[in-house]
Amino acid sequence: MTSFISRYIISAALVVGLVVGVEEVRADDIAGPVETDSTQTEKSKGFNVADFIFEHVGDSYEWHILTVNGHHISIPLPIILYSRTSGLQVFLSNKFHNSTRTYKGFKWEDEGKYAGKIVQLNSAGEVDDANPLPLNFSITKNVLTIFMLGIFLCWLFISIAKQYKKRPNSAPTGIQNMLEPIVLFVRDEIALPSLGEKQYQRFMPFLLTLFFFIWFANMLGLIPIFPGGANVTGNIAVTMVLAVFTFVVITVNGNKHYWKDIFNAPGVPWFLKLPIPIMPLVEIMGMFTKPIVLMVRLFANILAGHMVGIVFMSLIFIFAGMKFWLGYVAAPISLIFSIFMTALELLVALIQAYVFTLLSAIYIGMATTEHE
Amino acid sequence: MGLVTPDYGLLFWMLLSFSIILYILKKFAWKPIIHALKNREDSIALSLKQAEQARAEIVKLQEENKALAEKARLEREKEFQETKALRDKLLIEAKEQARLETQKMLDKAREQILSEKEAAKKELHSTIVSMSVEISEKVLRKQLAEKDRQVEYINELLNEMSRN
Repeated sequence: MTSFISRYIISAALVVGLVVGVEEVRADDIAGPVETDSTQTEKSKGFNVADFIFEHVGDSYEWHILTVNGHHISIPLPIILYSRTSGLQVFLSNKFHNSTRTYKGFKWEDEGKYAGKIVQLNSAGEVDDANPLPLNFSITKNVLTIFMLGIFLCWLFISIAKQYKKRPNSAPTGIQNMLEPIVLFVRDEIALPSLGEKQYQRFMPFLLTLFFFIWFANMLGLIPIFPGGANVTGNIAVTMVLAVFTFVVITVNGNKHYWKDIFNAPGVPWFLKLPIPIMPLVEIMGMFTKPIVLMVRLFANILAGHMVGIVFMSLIFIFAGMKFWLGYVAAPISLIFSIFMTALELLVALIQAYVFTLLSAIYIGMATTEHE
Repeated sequence: MGLVTPDYGLLFWMLLSFSIILYILKKFAWKPIIHALKNREDSIALSLKQAEQARAEIVKLQEENKALAEKARLEREKEFQETKALRDKLLIEAKEQARLETQKMLDKAREQILSEKEAAKKELHSTIVSMSVEISEKVLRKQLAEKDRQVEYINELLNEMSRN
């Protein structure tokens, strides 16, 4: 009963939060041009909710820490570009910190069609329309977070593995003791039921890596400042890679039965297969929709969580923009909602990691279980 | 960067990093951890099984001991009973024998007494006879002398005899 009530409250709060967020963004969009008409100075100072949100949930070429009196303090990150005209270029993103935002014939565009991207300039200093975007393999905020997370995970679990080797067959202690139940949870609640006794061990490393990577990345995203704050799992590229891994594992390990179910499903009338292979087509689509659903679910959940959190924070500035004292009224309310959202997101971080891993395990199990 | 269009740079780095993370963790972390956990579980299960076996063994031993003790007790009791029976028998026999012996002795004594009595009777008889003869002799002799004196004398003798 209580869980039902709390679930109801949570979903109600989410709906309210999203509605409020959307409303405010709209209000801002509508209010934007009106303000430009009145005063030019107001526009530069004005608070743009949409930009604010997208700046926070999006990737970036520098790691913004804070802003003091309009001066941004951020960690510059390496830009790695390759273009046919100037070849490989590697430099730090703070090289763009000049009036034109250009360096070595590249520009960090801040508005227009290529806003937020690095474009190539032609000799006239204009965007090279023939070949506007160089190959960009920059170490962005998300990439750096993934690197740090990877190093952290490796360090953490290798040191735990050493503890197991050092003291075999004894009770776990410290960090080992903290994470062992989670490892066992992945094994006993995710891998074993979905994959079966025979083959669960083959996929344990993949599932554990998936689980801990997603969970830790989710939690890192909740830390407001460096080394957290990057919206890693709320980025579709990241979740896409994770889903691709699941897809590859399913496809590589799929047994004869799995492929037979796709191309020649038993118990399906022949006319659904023969002249036009409707069922095989549907099944092949199913092969792809499974990982795509995984990708979108994780991405959307984490992104939405970040957005709602930021919207609550934005409320303070929106109200302060209307009347300065209103900001003080909105602040405590926003703060309470933000804390609530963060607590909820902490839960979502675990749940989404669990769901992604569980579904991956179930899909792998469906493709690999031996029948009869 | 659009939210739903994946950035190929990030895609590339993520693919690379995740592959490396997966490889390193699989080789250096998960395999040893899973292996160690399995080993530990197996050893705990084995220990529990062994403990169970040991306990069963102890229970069995205890039962055996109990049975042995019971058997020993029964044997002892049996022996005791046998001894007791033997003792009782001996006792009864001894008593019987004693009784018989006594009876025999008593009979013998009685017999002796009887024969003694007979002998005494015979002796008494002969004594009385000889005395009678003697008295008769004396009476006869006195009669010859004086009749009054004779009677007196006989009485006197009789008195004497009865006194004896």
